[in-house]
Amino acid sequence: MIYNEAIPAIAIGLPLLAAFLTPLINIASKKARNAFVLAILIIEELLVILLAWHVFTNDIVIYTMGAKNPTGAIPTQAAVPIRIVLEIDGMAAFMGLISATVSLAAGIYSIAFIKESNAKARYYTLLLLMLAGMIGMEFTGDLFNLFVFLEILSITSCGLIAYRQHADAVEGAFKYMVISNIAALFVLFAVALLYAQYDLLNIAAIAHVMQYTQLDKIALVLFVAAFAMKCGAVPMHFWAPDSYSTAPAAITAMLVAASQASLYALFRVSFTLYGSLMSYQTIGIAIIIFGLLSMFIGVTMALPQKDIKRLMAYHAISQTGYMLLGVGVGLYLLGSQDFNTYGIKAMEGGIFHIINHAMYKGLLFLTAGAIYYRLGTRNLNEMGGLGHTMKFTSIFFMIGALAIAGIPPFNGFASKLLIYEACYKVSPILSIVAMLVSILTLASFIKVFHSAFMGPKLHDVKEVPKSMLLGMAVLTFVIIFFGVFPGWVVNHIVHPAAMALADKMAYIAAVTGGA
Amino acid sequence: MIWNIPFITVALLIAIGLYAVMFKRNLIKIAIGITIIESGVNLFLITLGYREGGIAPIYTNLPPGVKAPEGMVLPVPQALTLTSIVIGVAVLALTLSFIMKFYEHNKSLDSHSRRLKG
Repeated sequence: MIYNEAIPAIAIGLPLLAAFLTPLINIASKKARNAFVLAILIIEELLVILLAWHVFTNDIVIYTMGAKNPTGAIPTQAAVPIRIVLEIDGMAAFMGLISATVSLAAGIYSIAFIKESNAKARYYTLLLLMLAGMIGMEFTGDLFNLFVFLEILSITSCGLIAYRQHADAVEGAFKYMVISNIAALFVLFAVALLYAQYDLLNIAAIAHVMQYTQLDKIALVLFVAAFAMKCGAVPMHFWAPDSYSTAPAAITAMLVAASQASLYALFRVSFTLYGSLMSYQTIGIAIIIFGLLSMFIGVTMALPQKDIKRLMAYHAISQTGYMLLGVGVGLYLLGSQDFNTYGIKAMEGGIFHIINHAMYKGLLFLTAGAIYYRLGTRNLNEMGGLGHTMKFTSIFFMIGALAIAGIPPFNGFASKLLIYEACYKVSPILSIVAMLVSILTLASFIKVFHSAFMGPKLHDVKEVPKSMLLGMAVLTFVIIFFGVFPGWVVNHIVHPAAMALADKMAYIAAVTGGA
Repeated sequence: MIWNIPFITVALLIAIGLYAVMFKRNLIKIAIGITIIESGVNLFLITLGYREGGIAPIYTNLPPGVKAPEGMVLPVPQALTLTSIVIGVAVLALTLSFIMKFYEHNKSLDSHSRRLKG
């Protein structure tokens, strides 16, 4: 395998550089610009796969910006680790895979979906910047850097949500802006609280010397509140339906991945930064409660929706609940005897669900976008009979809908089963709620399928352009692959990611050089 | 006790900002609230790096009689603050442009001027 130690830095730098080259290339030719953006997205995907493969087969990768020996560990006693360190462990590489794959699908889809105009170059610029923000958030080992990438991600997402500039889009973008800004300022405040005590910004180095004082607990609360706000967990979910439903469909799929980057940050902070000495259980229970509320309220709000993308946005909230539930149960049990038996299974379920959700929810949003592209409406009452002509779209929608409802052989089944099993051991009520939510999810997607694709032919529409179908096909392929070989995926990708979260000592040792 | 004044100010600024964001209906006031929170956080960062009688952390410009690095203020929080201010400007500009668009569509700055959606 061709592997270079600079890949982590290139993976962040490449989309960043390409983003600003895109408008320049646009002046020369629009076709060249499309080819350039696609080439960058494909290269990025390959880089991340290469990096992930390296992380899963070897060990944690670190890269110190501007150091003579960028891969070496920083001795704690010699100097303060003041440089920005990129640290990629199993979980970070796993999240990187999700972001790169969703961005690739969204990029391909956008070629036909976004109508050609002068603003299209700006659209791609923001899309690449958004990718850089996500990858940066996931790969960084530095708290302040995390804040900077979080802001890059929020600003570009808001710009893209408001891309169409109609009243709803501006409202959605404004809500998202306010929420993400307050969340980012909370994060900065928490970072400052930690810096005040330890003079450190590096996650691993802080975790190494963490004293668990009162101020640390305040910082933890700020972190959890901020990232829960950004990932759309229930008490702070109200921005999600507005922003998700009004953004262009490709961007909505990206937004799902962006919310999961915040979810990753939440897990990183609660597992790695805090941990061993703090009582896990309090924060674990808090995350479980967030999860249960998100699951149930999300799905019940989804049932009466008439706007197809709003409905899916509420499902996105509901599915985020599953991830919080799975990982929260893992956090609750961390450190106890039970962790090695079913605690880790719960975490695997939660983490597996992250990637599954990004794939099938991305696909569903893309199919909703395809319907919007042909009909110009998101209202379910005005649809009907699309299955007659839009055959591929309806097949893709069906696969996505079955996957989200947890029907075998699609990927949602595998991760949900893991969550049900593991949660049942903790408390049967958790599993019962999870299953009930799953049934309601199926019910609501049957409603959508029936009203959009079944029935007599009402609209004389054609199938959507090939690039949009190809974008959907990328995600469908991953869904089916994960659904058919869940064992392989869990053992080779999900288990290392779960272990990386649980084993905070390895993360610390990689930076400080032997704990 | 006098040294706590900056921290009390920080807490007040953040509280006032949050109040404005949560309870004000005018969008411009919400934007102002965000800016106030941001100022509070920036002030907190700067206060962390302050040292009484400290000078700017430039080694080549060290006045006689000042020991380095003890007599200097911390440079890192200042760098953080600078970054945060730059980000804040970008965010504020974008927020205000959204408000402009909102006003164009709704002819109102009241956040309740649009129908509520479930």
